[in-house]
Amino acid sequence: MADYVIDERVDITDVVCPMTFVKAKVAMEELEIGQVLAITMNDGEPVQNVPRSFKEEGQQILKLIDNENGTYDLIVKKLED
Amino acid sequence: MAFTSEQMERYSRHIILQEVGVKGQKKLLNSKVLIIGAGGLGAPAAMYLAAAGVGTIGIADADEVDLSNLQRQIIHATKDVGKAKVKSAKETINEMNPDVTVNTYRTFVTSENIMDLIKDYDFIIDGTDNFPAKFLINDACVMAKKPFSHAGIIRFQGQLMTYVPGEGPCYRCVFKNPPPKDAVPTCKQAGVIGAMGGVIGSLQAMEAIKYIVGVGDLLTGKLLTYDALKMEFRTVKLPKKVKDCPICGEHPTITQLIDYEQIECDGK
Repeated sequence: MADYVIDERVDITDVVCPMTFVKAKVAMEELEIGQVLAITMNDGEPVQNVPRSFKEEGQQILKLIDNENGTYDLIVKKLED
Repeated sequence: MAFTSEQMERYSRHIILQEVGVKGQKKLLNSKVLIIGAGGLGAPAAMYLAAAGVGTIGIADADEVDLSNLQRQIIHATKDVGKAKVKSAKETINEMNPDVTVNTYRTFVTSENIMDLIKDYDFIIDGTDNFPAKFLINDACVMAKKPFSHAGIIRFQGQLMTYVPGEGPCYRCVFKNPPPKDAVPTCKQAGVIGAMGGVIGSLQAMEAIKYIVGVGDLLTGKLLTYDALKMEFRTVKLPKKVKDCPICGEHPTITQLIDYEQIECDGK
């Protein structure tokens, strides 16, 4: 059982850096503090950079889930507005 | 207001910045900046503000584009010679960024029209080339409680400062009155290196953007000077707001705007 509830989802597999983080950030903007966003991203560069970028902005990384199809789901809790 | 995917991409380098982000970009898109003078300073300022997505840009200028302007006024092109500067500037901005609404005012600013011109704008950029206009813009902005960026350029030198109502001195606190006629040469008489407008006008755009987004420290209470030959930037701390300043002091003696006499100049 996951100890979080996903409030919103965004798929950033259709864009490349730096639009990956931009699209995820725009989606995050719609959330309230304390809500959770699930971001589906491609393996490789996004998995390297998007979690780090969110961390730098003060958001909480809850989990990175390998979907075992070349994509990952990054679960981020919004702490900073 | 949600971003279109085109806007997301256009402003991606802003959105990535923690200090701007989605919120800051929305503030820019909802903001209104008036640029007085579409010349050496106003041209780069207008272009960077337009590129940044400032939603409404007003441009006031009575002049037409002259061939001698093109050495520094990069918003105008050779094909625009003879065209009203406000029209030429509007066309350049429209081609650059469809998100920007451009309001044009083909007029010199005077004591009669300035209050009406500035009233709907959040920030004013003084891109004028003469002291009467600079004092008029200062006095009007103080009266209307509008923030503005002052700048001046000549030869290889430039300067700027920012006025925010209630913070720091105004232009008149520092410079009191226009200099006597012919005491200071104009750009036309003295010359100016073209890139100087680019440096100082871009800094004016930067001040406007920071004010709108609400980040960083502005040049309030400070005068930044740039000497291109020595390649030196200096920030001079200014004295605090002058208590007996005739316009922003405790008991203002200037209660009506003044049209100082323009210096005669036959040059272009």
